[in-house]
Amino acid sequence: MTDMTAGAAPVRGTLVADAHTRKRNASEKRFRLYGAIAVSLAVIALVFLLTSIVRNGAGAFMQTYISLDVTLDAAKLDKSGNRNPVEMAKVTTFGYAPLIKDAMASTIAANGIEIEGLDKPEDLISKEASAQMRDVVLANPELVGETRRFEFVADGRIDGYYKGRVTMQSAERDSNVTPAQLRFADALKEAGLLETRFNWNFITWPDASENRPEVSGLGVAILGSFYMMLIVLGLALPIGVAASIYLEEFAPRNRLTDLIEVNISNLAAVPSIVFGILGLAIFINFVGLPQSAPIVGGLVLTLMTLPTIIITTRASLTAVPPSIREAALGVGASKMQTVFHHVLPLAGPGIMTGTIIGLAQALGETAPLLLIGMVAFVREYPSAPPEGFFEPATALPVQVFNWTQRADPAFIERASGAIIVLLVFLFIMNAIAVVLRRRFERRW
Amino acid sequence: MPTTWLILAIAALAALGFVAGRARAMTSAGGDARRLHSLPAYYGWNVALTVLTPALGLFVLWMLVQPFLVDRHVTGLIPDSAIGQGSSRGLVMSDVRRVAEGLSVLEARGADADDIAAMTPEALQDEMAAVGVALGTPMTPAVKAAAEAYRAETDGWRTWMGVAVLAAALGGLALSWRMTDKDFRARNTVERGILFMLLGAALVAILTTLGIVLSMLFETANFFEAYPWQKFFLGTNWAPDFRGNSELAILPLLWGTLYISLIALLVAVPIGLFAAIYLSEYATKRVRTLAKPAIEILAGIPTIVYGLFALITVGPMLRDWLAQPLGFGNSSSSVMTAGLVMGIMLIPFVSSLSDDIINAVPQSLRDGSYGLGATQSETIKQVIVPAALPGIVGAILLAASRAIGETMIVVLGAGAAAAQFNQGLGEVVNPFQAMTTITVKIVSQLTGDTDFSSPETLVAFALGLTLFVITLGLNVLALWIVRRYREQYE
Repeated sequence: MTDMTAGAAPVRGTLVADAHTRKRNASEKRFRLYGAIAVSLAVIALVFLLTSIVRNGAGAFMQTYISLDVTLDAAKLDKSGNRNPVEMAKVTTFGYAPLIKDAMASTIAANGIEIEGLDKPEDLISKEASAQMRDVVLANPELVGETRRFEFVADGRIDGYYKGRVTMQSAERDSNVTPAQLRFADALKEAGLLETRFNWNFITWPDASENRPEVSGLGVAILGSFYMMLIVLGLALPIGVAASIYLEEFAPRNRLTDLIEVNISNLAAVPSIVFGILGLAIFINFVGLPQSAPIVGGLVLTLMTLPTIIITTRASLTAVPPSIREAALGVGASKMQTVFHHVLPLAGPGIMTGTIIGLAQALGETAPLLLIGMVAFVREYPSAPPEGFFEPATALPVQVFNWTQRADPAFIERASGAIIVLLVFLFIMNAIAVVLRRRFERRW
Repeated sequence: MPTTWLILAIAALAALGFVAGRARAMTSAGGDARRLHSLPAYYGWNVALTVLTPALGLFVLWMLVQPFLVDRHVTGLIPDSAIGQGSSRGLVMSDVRRVAEGLSVLEARGADADDIAAMTPEALQDEMAAVGVALGTPMTPAVKAAAEAYRAETDGWRTWMGVAVLAAALGGLALSWRMTDKDFRARNTVERGILFMLLGAALVAILTTLGIVLSMLFETANFFEAYPWQKFFLGTNWAPDFRGNSELAILPLLWGTLYISLIALLVAVPIGLFAAIYLSEYATKRVRTLAKPAIEILAGIPTIVYGLFALITVGPMLRDWLAQPLGFGNSSSSVMTAGLVMGIMLIPFVSSLSDDIINAVPQSLRDGSYGLGATQSETIKQVIVPAALPGIVGAILLAASRAIGETMIVVLGAGAAAAQFNQGLGEVVNPFQAMTTITVKIVSQLTGDTDFSSPETLVAFALGLTLFVITLGLNVLALWIVRRYREQYE
């Protein structure tokens, strides 16, 4: 500064801040602070959202198991005694339940566990256990008559006890579990018969009924979502790319082209639920496709993803410099050859990135799927495509919604766990998109 | 699945056509590709496309039209006496279709066709229930006969379809194969064909819009036949009752929608706008590279995640910390819950749009303002924001249209009870009260078992159309404002 004189005390300029200047400076600082607060609020919201989901959902990946030695009593399971699975199938799951009860009683005796007021110790085990045991026995009839160690899924309340969701106090008020049963579970844990560990079944098993949260899983939902993504990829990518090529490279400037452009930008802003109404009215009621089927979900999501893919594809087509086209035309290629042999491959990475982002959007979409019946309770895995496209399935986000509608709080944990799975898939897809962009993007 | 075989057969014919067409062209040129008009592959493609296009086109058309014709014919077969009290021809027809489906299931499981034909309707119904095809009403002989006719006709037409489609494919093959010789302009023909396909793909956008509008328009018309439009638009009470006598007024739903959207915008607009200003004008490079992607992550999170967040975290928190201590009620799903969470969802929407707009304001305007002695915040407030205002207003309108059409957050966070205008104004404006929106009601009226003849179901289409019109209007308005008031800086 020119007005700084050597030797004198450092004076910062000649300006003495008067009241007005101070006010202006204070207002500057305030304004800046508002901005910083806004940014931090947004970031805090993100962190809060993610931690809340992870904290609630982490438990879904752990599951409590109880090991029991069950005597597969031949007199009860195979009355005729010829180990014929067809005849043995006549014994329903109700026939297997007493075996678990007996096994529980003998376990209590063998380990010398004495719990005051313990009633119905077999309730510690999931109601699904007898069905699972029946499946094992029917698959291996030679097991009948032997004593075998089974590992059963613990009941949702017992499982919740080891995840902090159920406490001694809450058990007092709960009609489904008693404090004595919880103490018994602790005793089993001490005896090494009960453990909580990672739960792959959450990813692979199908949904389960209202009062069996412990055996519900995401298998059918993941498969359904995967089928829908296949359909979206198979339809939206070619149609979207073809439409973009037409609009960007061939379309004459006329009313039809304008109409198409307006429609595309409008479709990008139509609420997703409206696409669900479209799917219900056109694909299910008019065309007669089955409800809850991945094909309908895939078609609806295709229509929703198209604008995204078209917009990104057009952007990457325009990013290819005209010199490439001129060079190709110059050596005698037709317009079509120019586009398909040169422009399209050069725009490829951009198109792929856009497609993956579009797919990620489609994967998380819920509302339209509710209307086309994907909320149905589906326990059967759909078969392999193409037949599987027409069979009932659910989808990941819809499964989340489904679980939030159930009474047992264990399903809230499952729903948050499902969200974590969904977010992991989305993260992977977006990471691939970012890597593709970094790796292949060309600046001309 | 015979349909799969049919498509495979067409594909095989197309592949054969490619090879044959290419070979014929080469032969006609005496094995010298230079004497051909186009590259040899184009002759192959020409034949393959002439096989595929008519065959697949006919196939799709047939699949769409056939159910109509069969339906119409079979409907005529049902005698009036077979339509019970309180039933309708449409309901009987849906039973017929269901029975026909059951017959297919039974035959697929190896039941003998003659046995089924000889069964009484009651026995057949039991048989079907055993394989998982349940009927709502007892099967009458007329329904059974109609179902058998339905199946016979469907099967018959299916066979004819196979014949017709294969004939079309073969015809295309023969025709284009005959046309192929060395002077045939194969490349031009193929390219014209491809151009039409590209155009067709672009037309999907128009078809989708048309589909949306038409599907909702028809059902809305049906709704207004069953329910007076004056009561829908001007009534003040929402009380659907599937036994009839419903009150289906849009006003309480519209109020809930607008109220929640308003709160969402009150959260999103200041935060989003200030965040955009801070990140583009003040933030250091390091802050920007960290905060900008973080805010954009918010935009990539599916709405169901926000919905769950509202349901299990924000809702209970607001209830325990604000609503109950202040005596505003004790519902965890409320206008505030949904509005707040939706506001978070909209932050990146507002901020990234505003960011683009603010960055588009030329540096010379800023420099001019600084040169006159303005501080940075004065420049922003008096120069940049006014210059960017049309764009910002456009962004806010787009965010509003997003908020109005949002579904999952309100389904999980806002509750299912419609605003009750007859309970006084206090109930209606209490932000901690559960309130429902148009989208929530579309979901609840259209999920589960729906009967497409009752106004309680059809009202969803009227609501959907209203929603479509509102969001479309906002989008068009946003675009218009941006175009009309945008300053063009050179």
